[in-house]
Amino acid sequence: MRGKRLFIAVFLLPPLLLYGVFVVSPYAQAFQIAGTDWRGLSPEFEFVGADNFRRLLGDGYFWNALRHNGVLLLLLPVATILLGLFLASMISVGGRADRAGVHGVRGAGVYRVVYFFPQVLSVAIIGVLWKEMYAPHTGLINGTLRAVGLDGLARPWLGDPRFAFWCVLVVLVWANVGFYVVLFGAAMQSIPRDIYEAALLDGASRATTLVRITVPLLWDTIQVAWVYLAIIAIDGFAVVQIITDGGPSYSSDVVGLRLYRTAFGDAQFGYASAIGVAMFFLTLSVAVLFLRATHRDRVER
Amino acid sequence: MSRPGRLCSHVFLVVWALLTTLPLVWAVLGSFKSDDEILTDPWRLPARLRWENWARAWNEAHIGRYFLNSAIVVTGALTLTMLLGAMAGYVLARYRFRGHRVVYFAFAGGMMFPVFLALVPLFFVVRNLGLLGTLPGLTLVYAAYSLPFTVFFLTAFFRTLPSSVAEAAMVDGCGHFALFFRVMLPMARPGLVSVGIFNFLFQWNQYVLPIVLLQGAGAERRWVLAQGLTALAVNEGYRGDFSGLFAGMTIAMLPVLAGYLIFHRQVQSGLAAAQLR
Repeated sequence: MRGKRLFIAVFLLPPLLLYGVFVVSPYAQAFQIAGTDWRGLSPEFEFVGADNFRRLLGDGYFWNALRHNGVLLLLLPVATILLGLFLASMISVGGRADRAGVHGVRGAGVYRVVYFFPQVLSVAIIGVLWKEMYAPHTGLINGTLRAVGLDGLARPWLGDPRFAFWCVLVVLVWANVGFYVVLFGAAMQSIPRDIYEAALLDGASRATTLVRITVPLLWDTIQVAWVYLAIIAIDGFAVVQIITDGGPSYSSDVVGLRLYRTAFGDAQFGYASAIGVAMFFLTLSVAVLFLRATHRDRVER
Repeated sequence: MSRPGRLCSHVFLVVWALLTTLPLVWAVLGSFKSDDEILTDPWRLPARLRWENWARAWNEAHIGRYFLNSAIVVTGALTLTMLLGAMAGYVLARYRFRGHRVVYFAFAGGMMFPVFLALVPLFFVVRNLGLLGTLPGLTLVYAAYSLPFTVFFLTAFFRTLPSSVAEAAMVDGCGHFALFFRVMLPMARPGLVSVGIFNFLFQWNQYVLPIVLLQGAGAERRWVLAQGLTALAVNEGYRGDFSGLFAGMTIAMLPVLAGYLIFHRQVQSGLAAAQLR
């Protein structure tokens, strides 16, 4: 069948060409460049083997940034998923319970639409908006604190190394919760209502049904959510760069920003690629750890 | 749920709704304020609707130009992504050939890699092709980085379509190309819409790719919205045009929010389907 082979070739070659040039080849080159001292200005460079990685191990700025990503990796998924589950269960089973069963809360549709707003906004808009929200004199946060008489709590949020990083975490949670409310809400719709009704008849409280019924039945969805939030936590670049630019004095730096500055600020392309390789292995090990954990979970069940 | 319990859940839900919407409303109100009003009290309402802020942001802060650039890049990239992604996904789902598994895993495996790993080499690949700081360059890169997920998703989707229709068309003398464009593509519409919405938001909201690929002398004219807006936020301190910044932010925000409000069902189910696949 010549026609079939021609068809396959015509349909596969253009996407493969585009993909090969802009995606596969950069990824492959990254590992190669990571082993050089290339500074980009001239085509000359030397292979320095594992020197970049040795340097990475002793680079305090890198470890500082990595620690922040680590904290994000621990807190962002937990905070977002808990808040998402809580709000989603409020929406879908928070309403009346009568002889006809358990109802969703009134205005459930409106909540689902509104909570999703941050998801469709670009990260640049979210970053700029929150930078203004945190502004010391003109920002809404300090403005609100002063308006309710809590002047003592008003502070230059992003200018204080003790708070800048937590401000970033708050923005990331704010930006992501809505999506998981909708995702968990959709999953809860598929849980049969009579399970809840039976549990409530047996005298279980709402909190118990959430922990004992909803969470186990939603476990697969929660796992997917955790993976996506972990990926966001390992990145974090855009929000950090826009809101704090890693500052003040590196107190909110993340690995992605380190890479960006090393490459496009200092033109140390070899070293920057080594940071990229480190990020890759970080992503990979998180994925592997996660898969092993959930695999064991499945076997035990 | 008991009456106090219901009230309690309403309180939580309303509080989060306010936390979500207040910053956005505040930005829109800020776009109508004078700089004085912005500087005195964040809770103060604008005395009147100052559309001139919007005009200043659109023209002098070049938000209009950035908006147009974003629209050009995303239109091109989305068309390219959907066409190439559907072609590859269709062939991978419905044809058997040598190297099938290699091609499939090459595409799907791309989802595993963080884009930061590719950033440095990508910069030089684009520069060596003479595409650095150009809109076509950014368009091709957006399309290329959208392919892994698009191909993965559409391969799965084309597999679910019944083969009886395809066989009937083939018996009627329909060729491979006509079969794809006339029969299979229209049947795949729901899947195309889901992944199309996902890709639109992915591309429209890109940040790191444009700031890396649209840099250098003269690249400001080709900046996209995300980049132009953050540059405006950085410069705002020097120029002191606070109302212009809020107006720029509002202009960038409203079209997407309006589109979302109209198609919120499709957007939500599309993104949820994309994430759960």
